Amino acid sequence: MKAFAELLGRLVLTPQRNAKIRLLTDYFRSSPDPSRGYALAAIAGTLSLNTVKPALIRDLLLERMDEVLFHYSYDYVGDLAETVSLAWEPPEGTVPVDVPLGEVVERLQRAGRSEVRSLVRDMLDRLDTAGRFAFLKLVTGGLRIGVSARLAKQALADLGGKDIGEIETLWHGLSPPYLPLFLWLSGEAEMPVLTTPAVFHSVMLATPIGEGDLEGLDPADFAAEWKWDGIRVQLANIGGVRRLYSRSGDEISGAFPEIVEAAGIAGVIDGELLVGGTTRTNRSTATFGDLQQRLNRKTVNRKLLDDYPAFIRGYDILFTGERDMRPEPFHARREALAALIDAASPHHFDLSPLVPFSTWEELDRLRSDPPDPVIEGIMLKRLDSPYLAGRMKGPWFKWKRAPFNIDAVLMYAQRGHGKRSSYYSDFTFGVWTEAEGGTTLVPVGKAYFGFTDAELEILDRFVRDNTVERFGPVRAVRAEPDAGFVVEVAFEGLNRSTRHKSGVAMRFPRIARLRQDKLPREADRLETLQAMIGMKG
Amino acid sequence: MRMKPDSLLYPAPRGLYCAKGDFYIDPVQPVERALITHGHADHARAGHGRVLATRETLDIMRIRYGEGFCGESQVASLGETMAINGVRVSFHPAGHVLGSAQISVEAGGKRIVVSGDYKRRSDPTCRPFEPVPCDVFITEATFGLPVFHHPDDRLETARLLASLKQFPERAHVVGAYALGKAQRVIALLRQHGYDEPIHIHGALAKLCEYYQAEGIDLGDIQSATLAGEKRPDFAGGIVIGPPSAFADRWARRFAEPVAVFASGWMLIRQRAKQRGVELPLVISDHCDWAELTGTIREIAPAEVWVTHGREEALVRWCELEGIPARPLHLVGYDDEGE
Ligand SMILES: [Zn+2]
Ligand SMILES: [Zn+2]
Repeated sequence: MKAFAELLGRLVLTPQRNAKIRLLTDYFRSSPDPSRGYALAAIAGTLSLNTVKPALIRDLLLERMDEVLFHYSYDYVGDLAETVSLAWEPPEGTVPVDVPLGEVVERLQRAGRSEVRSLVRDMLDRLDTAGRFAFLKLVTGGLRIGVSARLAKQALADLGGKDIGEIETLWHGLSPPYLPLFLWLSGEAEMPVLTTPAVFHSVMLATPIGEGDLEGLDPADFAAEWKWDGIRVQLANIGGVRRLYSRSGDEISGAFPEIVEAAGIAGVIDGELLVGGTTRTNRSTATFGDLQQRLNRKTVNRKLLDDYPAFIRGYDILFTGERDMRPEPFHARREALAALIDAASPHHFDLSPLVPFSTWEELDRLRSDPPDPVIEGIMLKRLDSPYLAGRMKGPWFKWKRAPFNIDAVLMYAQRGHGKRSSYYSDFTFGVWTEAEGGTTLVPVGKAYFGFTDAELEILDRFVRDNTVERFGPVRAVRAEPDAGFVVEVAFEGLNRSTRHKSGVAMRFPRIARLRQDKLPREADRLETLQAMIGMKG
Repeated sequence: MRMKPDSLLYPAPRGLYCAKGDFYIDPVQPVERALITHGHADHARAGHGRVLATRETLDIMRIRYGEGFCGESQVASLGETMAINGVRVSFHPAGHVLGSAQISVEAGGKRIVVSGDYKRRSDPTCRPFEPVPCDVFITEATFGLPVFHHPDDRLETARLLASLKQFPERAHVVGAYALGKAQRVIALLRQHGYDEPIHIHGALAKLCEYYQAEGIDLGDIQSATLAGEKRPDFAGGIVIGPPSAFADRWARRFAEPVAVFASGWMLIRQRAKQRGVELPLVISDHCDWAELTGTIREIAPAEVWVTHGREEALVRWCELEGIPARPLHLVGYDDEGE
């Protein structure tokens, strides 16, 4: 626990990426199994523990400490786990010992509900201050150390002199404390062979096209496909085990039983989950708003299945049968995918079509005016690239359609959180509509980012100087045809909404620009937005 | 006639005042006669008429403020009793920094001991604290909260040396207050067997020199404030400077510096984070909570007065222990400067 506690302490305070990686590799190299595997799990967010409520650790401290002194302490430190770790006094004569993290985790996993309290007390007595802090953060689920799973994987790759892609490939097939992984990384064993057949494999991700990225690239080296606006999924059917995963590896089979049932294809494919009709049945694809009816459900009923039928539009293939297709180039994979889809249910599978083009300008035009409203841009895939886990720049690019923009009028503002708590930084804005015989503003969205710090100063000042009414923490600001503040709002799309008075809900709205050059009367009207419904940015 | 303690010594606008002896202890403004516990700037100020302090404290004041730091100085020898206008006064080691002393004030059958700043751990750069029996013990409370449990300084020093091994291409730049802390960190490193040259900021030079002249071995000390075209970047080395220097251009010359800070405050993670410290070392020249409460139990005074720091928590603890206690609310002492 000492080494893990020291690692956490240093990671939190170390800003440089390379220094973080070195702290991690040194820790993994010098710590034994299974502690290092549990540490990896804690950092990468794959450790599941029975968590303990903050009230419990507070109670434990109060068993030994005067409540007034506790309040002075907590008030000064500001963090409960830290206060308890610092103020905890083990009984006279206890010598702190270094309980290995592996033992701590395994004891917690074995402990029954009724044993947790005494287990936590016992651990607090045995650990030193830093150990207590790490332990309490672990059991209260508050471990926030600014290290992504990707960074931890990079440290593992460095530890074993491997490529991070290899780690990504294995990642979802392994579980804490990752013994075979560390054996392989330390050169004591071969690369682990995944035993669960239909396991999730990390997906290949695209980087956005940036300014100047296309200049050095030859269009002849790339294939283009539409980027569909659904959710990215992975469908596996290996050895008769069928699973549907989201792109982060969460299993969503239960929410889409018709797909799992129709998955009579052997292998692992990568595609976009959409609702509506496939191209093979000549019916149109429905919008993301329709797809949302099917998301975040554990089970579905008949009506939902009928109203919002789901299907997969195939992008790529990872395995045909048990054959690993990932090292093959794009065209070989696509042929295999096409053959598989051809043999599968036409109602549940179709192939994402290629977009022929010869110059970037031509592709840019296609991108700005796609043939289907459910397209959100273009994907570019290098013809010679294998299927690589994770996101790296070069083999795949995404080129999104420009988002929609409207001019809206600020209506309400609320103070932000954290660093922004002294600013009015959450804004509600509206557009004009006819109602009750007059023209009024109706709120159409809320945004709390998109502006620069300097712009925030301007917005904050406007709010403070133009408040006309207060409702608790919310301020209504002056918003009349000739007096008020116009902002350009950018957003990804619009859904119909019954929860909003305007009948529309924006997706990912942000404040793109301040339009102090415009009067509120020049802002957009609700009809403009209604015409955009279902269109995707 | 027995005297009430608060008529012997009480807080006045310019500091703790003894009316019978007509002197102040650690006054925050110029006075006619001052008794000074130790050389930290918030306790030892320039411009008093007469100053009574240990020889080391007087030397330190002279180094910091120049020859004319007071009208007339008088050396107090540790353990020797002097009389000032019928008040018996004696100085006793406080274990805080070189020359630091507690001051005992006695009259009318009552003895009050003013701790100044003090600590109970061994420190290779100064004499250890000596408990003095008394009726009233005036204790500081810089770290007077139950959360302050300072770890062993040897473990903290080992953390610095471990980081130096882990990041040998980076300079470890340690912030430490110029009087006491900087020399103690150097001495701790030397005790740990670190014998490479240690580079110091110019602001530490005179005090380090003085410590060495007083027989405290700091090993090979070199200036980190070198001018010229080809300045070394101190990669793999230790550089020590006052905390204020970290915001200066001075700090930019080092190779990918690891920001280290040696202070009792570094126990609180948020403090380290706010200052941009990457490697906090909890090394304190003040008592932690266990030492404050342990000292009060050991001395067992009839009454405790608490000054600068977290007064309310220590007073509360005394209450729970059945020891009469009150806060003094003295102003002008910098409890953050540690
Ligand atoms: Zn001091
Ligand atoms: Zn002080």
